[in-house]
Amino acid sequence: MSTFDPRPEAASIASVTDRVVPVKLAQPAFAVHFLGDAVAFVGSVESVMLAGAGETSGETSVVAAHGGGILCTASDGRRLVTGGDDGKVVILDAAGNAETVAADVKRRWIDNVALQSDGAVAWSAGKTATVQSGRQEAKSFDTQSTAGGLAFAPKGLRLAIAHYNGVTLWFPNMAAKPEVLEWKGSHHAVTFSGDNRFLVTAMHEPALHGWRLVDSKHMRMTGYPGRVRSMAWTAGGKFLATSGADTIILWPFASKDGPMGKEPMMLAPMKSRVSAVACHPRQEILAAGYEDGTILMVRIADGAEILVRRNAGDAVTALAFGPKGTRLAFASEGGEAGLLDL
Amino acid sequence: MSTAASEKIPVTVLTGYLGAGKTTLLNRILSENHGKKYAVIVNEFGEIGIDNDLVIGADEEVFEMNNGCICCTVRGDLVRILEGLMKRKGKFDAIILETTGLADPAPVAQTFFVDEDVQAAARLDAIVTVADAKWLSERLKDAPEAKNQIAFADVIVLNKTDLVSKAELAEVEARIRGINPYAKLVRSERCNVALSDVLGRNAFDLDRILDLEPEFLEAGDDHDHHHDHGHGDDHDHGHDHDHDHDHGGLKHYHDEEVQSVSLRTSDPLDPNKFMTWLQDLIARDGMNILRSKGILSFKDDDERYVFQGVHMMLEGDHQREWRDDEPRESRVVFIGRDLPEEAIREGFATCVAA
Repeated sequence: MSTFDPRPEAASIASVTDRVVPVKLAQPAFAVHFLGDAVAFVGSVESVMLAGAGETSGETSVVAAHGGGILCTASDGRRLVTGGDDGKVVILDAAGNAETVAADVKRRWIDNVALQSDGAVAWSAGKTATVQSGRQEAKSFDTQSTAGGLAFAPKGLRLAIAHYNGVTLWFPNMAAKPEVLEWKGSHHAVTFSGDNRFLVTAMHEPALHGWRLVDSKHMRMTGYPGRVRSMAWTAGGKFLATSGADTIILWPFASKDGPMGKEPMMLAPMKSRVSAVACHPRQEILAAGYEDGTILMVRIADGAEILVRRNAGDAVTALAFGPKGTRLAFASEGGEAGLLDL
Repeated sequence: MSTAASEKIPVTVLTGYLGAGKTTLLNRILSENHGKKYAVIVNEFGEIGIDNDLVIGADEEVFEMNNGCICCTVRGDLVRILEGLMKRKGKFDAIILETTGLADPAPVAQTFFVDEDVQAAARLDAIVTVADAKWLSERLKDAPEAKNQIAFADVIVLNKTDLVSKAELAEVEARIRGINPYAKLVRSERCNVALSDVLGRNAFDLDRILDLEPEFLEAGDDHDHHHDHGHGDDHDHGHDHDHDHDHGGLKHYHDEEVQSVSLRTSDPLDPNKFMTWLQDLIARDGMNILRSKGILSFKDDDERYVFQGVHMMLEGDHQREWRDDEPRESRVVFIGRDLPEEAIREGFATCVAA
């Protein structure tokens, strides 16, 4: 396929490709986050490129963040935190102010970062995870093996640290022993459901693993041809949308049993693998980027698709909806990026 | 998203028992005027004074794969580091990974076979093992890690040769050959080897399996054990009576535990029979088979088929057409622990096409 080839039954697939404003980036971005109405494109090396809140022409300003590769990012919608191979943790705001919050004394890589909406920031270097909350002194915890992913629970100061053979739930402000959810294998990205009932990890093998937090019951989510690199909860938390297959895979989490014993929903099949997913903040709509460059917006209820970017491009690396759901931003492997006003 | 082999970042793995001279070799590589920039992965920061902003600390975390096979392991830290290094793509030409003296090379090698993302971005160039000419023979008796490192090597830098007598040198080389007759053996003092001997070897490249290993071509049972300097020369040195002459006869060490089995036949093989046999063998004895490689002549197939493996992980492909000037024959080598040599020979013999 050299151009987007709509299926016959969808001969009149809606396209908004002509409404996408190309964004000029100084280098390819591997992550995109909205900070209020501003958009931050995170480059692989050293800098973040910011498109201001009122930006409509696709201009960006470059904000220096690290003295080397940027390895991880997280955002709470207002701030962006990045970790680098210079051993630094940097927080940026929508105005482009960058502040170094931590520097590893041994200059170890900062492998993972997480932000909590009430202000706490977490990062990990090797086996050590650290949480900095407000003005309190930073607290650290060593897991049994290197942290593969970090996530704050929606409520309370609790950090999930994914690692080899499971996830540790650590309460930085409590003396209680951390809770360990075990499952053999190497766990990477970790995410809590918005209602705090489920925890899901993306594994080194092409699979997800989930736990129901009330009773630590396991959920195996397998069948992917490739590793899952992108996960996003749909509005209201009914589904967890994921990359890694040649359709968007949506695992149902609305019932108390989550996806236990259920098949996932599969949307927007293509001849290429999904490389990034993003969910609309209010409606049951999501966007998926593919390795062949295609970007689709998909309505979950009926699978209706809107074409945002044609497949002639390079692999989509990142996607994000704005806070009100009126804007979609994307970036690709080759350094192309765009903004779409809906 | 596939990247051509030539665009993949080559990774050289430096291994060797404690004190053999890995760090000396690493510093030699880095200080040489070669115009290349290396990213260096070491176990501990600060242990060595390398002036390089791309020195990364590794924690040598070994992960079992979830396929129920206990020998199928990967280095988790390596997956993570290589992924991170790819963000700096274009800033360096190659990666050198120094392992600790006690590290098992298998999980390192397997990482390049197993991990999809690693495979797309990087390729294993060679496993270079630094061995201490003075102490290796002792270590082979008491340290299984030292034995594994020799068995896995594509290149063995036999270091500190100035500290041993000719007889001792001959002895240690014979011991090495008893375990791994197929590695390129380079003698050195303070690791003074030519960089081309250790870097850019393409030893894991299916296309180059044989070009690099002339020994492999001659891999009969009576191949050259590198005794050329140990014998003929000696007799000319009338004055050299200090060392004992017990190596007068060609001394063959056959390591009772780790050894190699080489097979060859000029009869074309039946691909189905061979593949079935190989899979069965690997499934049964893969834990003991440290490395395997082969070049195969299949019946009614004008192309050479090559494969290479680490434990139970194999990769193979058609390589190129047989040239008119080369014998169409199949050659297979297994290096491993307690290999059932007779059964392997018999099994291989049944793979000949009818």
